[in-house]
Amino acid sequence: MTDDQHGATDSVLTRRRFFTALGGTSLAATVYEYGIGSDRSLQSATETQDSRHPASQYHIDVMTAIAEAVYPSAVSVESSFIESRVFGRVEPKPNHFENLLTSIEAVDGHSRARFGGAIPDISPGRRRKVLQSMGVTAVHPNADGTTAEQVRFYVVNDLLYALFTSPAGGELMGVDNPPGYPGGRDAYQRGPDGGER
Amino acid sequence: MTGADDRSPTDADVCIVGAGPAGAVTAYDLARRGHDIVVLEAGERLTPEDHHRRMEMWLRPDLERNSFWLDGARDAYTSTGAIDARLNETRVKAVGGTSVHWDANTPRLHEEDFEMNTRYGVAKDWPISYDDLQPYYVRAEREIGVSGADDNPHGPPRKEPYPMEAFRPSYSDSLFAEACAELEITMASQPKAINSESYDDRSGCVGYGVCNACPSGAKYSAEVHVRKAEAEGARIVDQVQALSVEHDQTGDYVESVVYATPDGREYRQEADQFVIACGGIETPRLLLLSDSIAFPDGLANSSGAVGRYLMDHPNVTTTATLDEPTRQSNIGWVSSRSDQFYARESPGPGSYHLTFSNTAKVTYGGAQDRRAPTSPSQILDIVGNPTPDALAELATDPLNETPLGDNLDLPTTDGPPYPISIRGAGEMLPRSDNRVMLDGSRTDSHGRPVPSVDLSDGEHEQETMEHCLGVQESVLTELGAEITGVSTLDGRGMSTHHMGTTRMGTDPSDSVVNSECRTHDLENLWIASSSVFTTGGANNPTLTIIALALKAAEHIDDQL
Repeated sequence: MTDDQHGATDSVLTRRRFFTALGGTSLAATVYEYGIGSDRSLQSATETQDSRHPASQYHIDVMTAIAEAVYPSAVSVESSFIESRVFGRVEPKPNHFENLLTSIEAVDGHSRARFGGAIPDISPGRRRKVLQSMGVTAVHPNADGTTAEQVRFYVVNDLLYALFTSPAGGELMGVDNPPGYPGGRDAYQRGPDGGER
Repeated sequence: MTGADDRSPTDADVCIVGAGPAGAVTAYDLARRGHDIVVLEAGERLTPEDHHRRMEMWLRPDLERNSFWLDGARDAYTSTGAIDARLNETRVKAVGGTSVHWDANTPRLHEEDFEMNTRYGVAKDWPISYDDLQPYYVRAEREIGVSGADDNPHGPPRKEPYPMEAFRPSYSDSLFAEACAELEITMASQPKAINSESYDDRSGCVGYGVCNACPSGAKYSAEVHVRKAEAEGARIVDQVQALSVEHDQTGDYVESVVYATPDGREYRQEADQFVIACGGIETPRLLLLSDSIAFPDGLANSSGAVGRYLMDHPNVTTTATLDEPTRQSNIGWVSSRSDQFYARESPGPGSYHLTFSNTAKVTYGGAQDRRAPTSPSQILDIVGNPTPDALAELATDPLNETPLGDNLDLPTTDGPPYPISIRGAGEMLPRSDNRVMLDGSRTDSHGRPVPSVDLSDGEHEQETMEHCLGVQESVLTELGAEITGVSTLDGRGMSTHHMGTTRMGTDPSDSVVNSECRTHDLENLWIASSSVFTTGGANNPTLTIIALALKAAEHIDDQL
C-alpha cells in the first residue's frame, strides 16, 4: 500500500464521519455566486463558498482530474470550480454525495490497479481510457446500477451538469447565460454583435 | 399552539382543502380579516434548498422532474379520451400546489370570454362580467406581483398600471417584430408573476432560466401566501389527504372534512365555512367521492354538472431554423405575445394567443442521456422489441461509445442553423362529455376510486388551431425561416390548465356554484378553483383563479 493510498483511506474515513455527524441529512444551501467570465476558464470567483461539503481534498483533486478528461480541452478546470459547483451545490437527493464519493474512489482505484497510477498522475487521455476500461462510456447512467453505471450517473453526469450550467459550457453551446446559471437579464436582450437590436 | 407534526383538528371558522394559489390566497385574505383558518394540504412543504434540487431535477435528463412530490399509489389516475391526461407531468401536490412549477404567465381573460353565448351563440355566459371581476384582477396582480405593460392593443381594458414594469423584449422578439409588422400582427409584452425588480420582499429575476424550478424566489408561487397566511395566524396542515366532505342531516350545510394523516389516522375537521380548492381534477373528484343519501351522485351535484364540461387549452407549436443567430435560451420566460387572433368571428375559428420563443435551444441532454445499445436496459428493450433499426444499430455499432473530451456530445451546437419557434394556445368549448369521473375499477392508496379523465378535442378546437398553425407558418415564412416541425392536436397531451368541472352559473340545474363561488346545493360550501370557470378563454387561468378566490373570500367574510 502506498502513502497515497493511505491518504485516500483517511479521506474516506473523514468523510464518513462527516456524514455520520450530520445524521444523514442534506447539507445547507451554499451561496451561488460566480464570476460571469467570457473565457472558458472554470473557477470559483468568490470566497463565499460554504466549506462544509463532504469531499476531502483527495476527492476534489481526483474529480478535477476526471473533469479534465470529460470536458473538451478548450475548457480549463480549476479545483475551485469542482469544489463549489459539484460538492458545494445543494445535494440533489439523499446520499447523492455519498455515492458520488464512492464512485470517485472506484475510478481512482481502477486507475491505480490497471493504469499504474492515481487519476491525477496520468494524462487526460489515459483518464478517458480508465473510464472506457471501466465501461463507463458504454452504459446508461443509473444511480442504482453497476459500478460503471453509477460512475456514469454520479461522476460523469455531475460534471456535465456543472459544465452545461456554467458560462464556459454555455459558450460551447452558443448560449451566454445557460439555464441553471444566474447570469442576469442582459444576455437575452443582446444581439449577435453584442448590442441590442 | 399546535406543533408542526400535530395534524389533529383545531377550532376553525373556515376549513380550506388545498394549499395552491386559490387555497393559499383565500386563507390569507380571510386570516388577515381575523378569522381562524385551517388549510388541509395533501402534499409536503418545500424548503428553499428543495428548489435548488428541483432545478437540477428539471435540467438533468437522468432525474425525474416530478419525483419531489409524486406518490404513484396516491396519485394514480385513468385517461380514457383522445387526449392523454398526463396529470402527473403537469400538476404538483405540495404546499403551493402547481404554482410551484408554473410558468407564471398572468394574462387576464378577455371581456368576450365571459359572454360567449350572448356574443357568439356558443357555450354559456358566466354570471359575472369582466367588469365585475376587474377590481379583483387588480388586487390579484398586486398580491402576487405582476410585471407587465399596458401595451396590448388587443388585450382586455385596464384601469390600473401593473405593479412592476414589464421585462424588456428579447433579441429574438425583435426578429419576430419585423415579420409581424409586415403581416400587420401586433405584439405586446407578456405579463408575468415574476419580479422585474424587488417586490414584496422577493428579489428581481436573476436569470436562472429555469422558471419551472425557479430557485431564486423571483417567481411567485403560492408558498408566498401560505407564509403570509401563517403570519396572520392561519394553520396549514401538510401531508393530509381529504377523504370526504360530510354534511348535516338536511343536506343544507357541510359539517366537516374527513382527512387522513401519514400515520394512517383519520380525523374530522369541523368549521363554519368550507372551501374546496383542489384544482380542476381533484375538486370534482372529492365531491364525487362525498356522495350520500341526500346527494347520491356526489356532493353539491344535484345538477349532474360536477366533473362535466372539462376544458384545457389546446396548443400547437411550429419550430424552424434561421441562418442568423436567434439568441435562444439566454432567459427562461416568454417576453412577447400577440392577442391579434383572440377576438373571434362567428362562425369561424375561436380565440387563441401566440407566444414567441426565447427557449428554442435545448441545453440539457447530449452525453448526459446518451444511451448505448449494449447497456443492460437497452438490451432488454431490444430483446423485448427487436425492430430492424434497433438490431442494425446493435450490430453496426455495438458499443456506441459516448465520446468524452474534445468530441463531447453537447446538447446543442453553437449554430448555424439557429432554432426559433412560435407557440399558440386556444380555447376549448365546454362539452358535457368531456369530464372527470371516478374509475370504480382502480383505487388509490386510501382505497378511493382514482379520477378518470375523458377529454377530446372537437371540430371547434381543430378549426381554431389549424388557423393558428397557418398564422405561425406565415410569420416564420416572412421571417425567412425554414420550418422544421409542426405539432398538431393529434395525440396531444392535456395542457396544464384544467377548467370547468364545477362550473359557475345562475341556474342550479346546469351549474355547480353561483356568482359568489358558493355551491347552489349547500349553504356553506365554496369552491376556489379553475373548476368554476364557465368558459376557459384562450389565456392562462391562474390570475383569474386568484381574482375569483379574492372575490369568494369577500363573500365568505360576509357570512362569518
